Amino acid sequence: MFLLRQVLFAGSLLGSLALIGCAGDGDGIQSQKMAAIKARGSLICGVDGKIPGFSFVSSDGSYSGLDVDICKATAAAVLSDPAKVTYRDLSSTERFAALSSGEVDLLSRNTTMTLSRDAAGGNALAFAPTTFFDGQAVMVPASSGIQSLKQVAGKPICVETGTSTELNLADRMRELSAAYTPLKFQSGDQTFAAYLQGRCVAVTSDRSQLAAKRTGFPNPAEHLLLPDMLSKEPLNPATINADPAWADAVRWVVYSLIQAEELGVTAANIDAKVADAKANKNLAQLRRFFGVDGDLGKQLGLPADFVVRSVKAVGNYGEVFERNVGTGSPLKLERGFNQQWRQGGLMYSPPFL
Amino acid sequence: MTSRPESPPWWRNRRYLPWLVQGVGALLIGVVVAFLLTNLLLNLTARGLLLSWSWLGQPAGFDLAETVLPFDASLPYWQAMLAGLVNTLRVVIAGLVGATLLGTLIGTASFSSNGLLRRLARIYVEVIRNIPLLLQLIFWYFVVFLSLPNGRDALQLPGIVLAKSGLFLGSPALIDGVWQAPLRFTVEFGALLTGLVVYTAAFIAEVVRGGIASVPNGQWEAATSLGLSPLLTLRRIVLPQALRVIVPGLNSQYISLAKNSSLAVACGFTDLYSVAETTLNQTGRAIEVMLILLGSYLVIDLVISALMNALNGLVQLRER
Repeated sequence: MFLLRQVLFAGSLLGSLALIGCAGDGDGIQSQKMAAIKARGSLICGVDGKIPGFSFVSSDGSYSGLDVDICKATAAAVLSDPAKVTYRDLSSTERFAALSSGEVDLLSRNTTMTLSRDAAGGNALAFAPTTFFDGQAVMVPASSGIQSLKQVAGKPICVETGTSTELNLADRMRELSAAYTPLKFQSGDQTFAAYLQGRCVAVTSDRSQLAAKRTGFPNPAEHLLLPDMLSKEPLNPATINADPAWADAVRWVVYSLIQAEELGVTAANIDAKVADAKANKNLAQLRRFFGVDGDLGKQLGLPADFVVRSVKAVGNYGEVFERNVGTGSPLKLERGFNQQWRQGGLMYSPPFL
Repeated sequence: MTSRPESPPWWRNRRYLPWLVQGVGALLIGVVVAFLLTNLLLNLTARGLLLSWSWLGQPAGFDLAETVLPFDASLPYWQAMLAGLVNTLRVVIAGLVGATLLGTLIGTASFSSNGLLRRLARIYVEVIRNIPLLLQLIFWYFVVFLSLPNGRDALQLPGIVLAKSGLFLGSPALIDGVWQAPLRFTVEFGALLTGLVVYTAAFIAEVVRGGIASVPNGQWEAATSLGLSPLLTLRRIVLPQALRVIVPGLNSQYISLAKNSSLAVACGFTDLYSVAETTLNQTGRAIEVMLILLGSYLVIDLVISALMNALNGLVQLRER
């Protein structure tokens, strides 16, 4: 009896330990991620959810914005349905852990590409092409009379913690040898609330974010963006390094939207263009692009016509930009760097060959 | 013809068996734990997440709003974390003192002969302890402290200025629209401290009330019949007996206060958690930063616990 108790005790201990022991190990050659997404029937996309124009939940619970459109285009390419996306709202500190732990398949959340985030020895992310070229800026109340960053010296500035913003601000203020007080908040909402309450004379974030948040202020016209650009902030969707096949697929979905704009393909005319390409053997470039000829889609593990599906779902890059953040939207942002390369911008897709 | 009782074979010997079974059990557990740890290390290495601490010596590159020790962006990460830890300790120690004073006051008030005071104490406890602390902190910071007037309109007394940016002591001066003074407490510190004190005091008041209630009524009556004043009765007769019940309860309230101080991020105070968050994001060393955080709060709470246990030993009844 005594012996039995001892054995049972040891056994149950071992049993419970063995349960914790089931650890998976990582990577294969084919995209496990894409297989998992197809099996699940839904793409889990990490977004911010609180930035108008980029990712914003409307009162009926639906998501919209530039970042959200990247999720939709990817879902359209992989699952043939832009609606098959499960959105996860992530804070700036949660986002990388959520991505590397596999909680989200794709991170499309105003994420600046940096060396340490990309490097295998850093956050080990795989970045898709830039969807928005941004830069850190500073906003002040118009009544403060502040015209340049140097005049902010000695005063408190509101910053969101856990972003590259903090580092850029510290770097620039050191260059200007200007003392300042960084007041840090965990969420963007708190940061802007403290600014509106007058705790800080300035608030700093990406120019696009400042413009977006300003639309929600009681009186947007009372706040000015200073001309200083504190940093380069290329905002890129990201996946994990461990699954290069999945990273490639996402990369080329983004390029397809940029290339579609260059080729003049829009959500409205894509059916006609596809019909043209199918009828005319001389339109070689379009035929490859739409997957009529060749196996570009298959090489990525995507359907042959993934470009058609993505562009049909959200339109080309220009359409996505105009609808969400362009001059026609509440954000009223110019294309600027985000113009096509032929128009002097930085949007440039490598060839679909 | 006496036969010595034969000793049983070893597999039925009650002297060795337990040791044997425990030994085998311990060995097996050791093997499994070793397997799990190796597995963890292998997987962490495969993902490039192996623990490394060299980043602690690299320059932090970010600034901190308020520090006791001098700090700037060129100093290493470990000094930034240390500055955060000092700020956490500052608010925890001030909070412990404040919450104990306020809590004891409210706890004893619920035994007052004044009905109004008694009811107010009950209302305070019931309202405060039933509202989440995070909401209270946001209320104190955004609604109360950030509604203070700023700049020239700040509340001014000789040598003291209370403005939106903080409490300034010792000949404050308004330089370029910003108050400056030798001694200052920011509103972030103020809001966090107020929130923690008000919240924890409600729980401490209940502990104190329970402790006083545990002293039999006869003790009050006996003291009164000896002609002791109510205050003297409380101090010399009731509290020494009540403390035995109060101290263990206080211990867990103190520990909660220390842990709750990590909610400082809600009101912009530069505590250990806030610095750790920035560090984590800049270095990407999530596991190491989390280990430092876990370790720091564990040590703070163990120290509080040890001190309170020592105090408990002092107030316990010494039987002769």
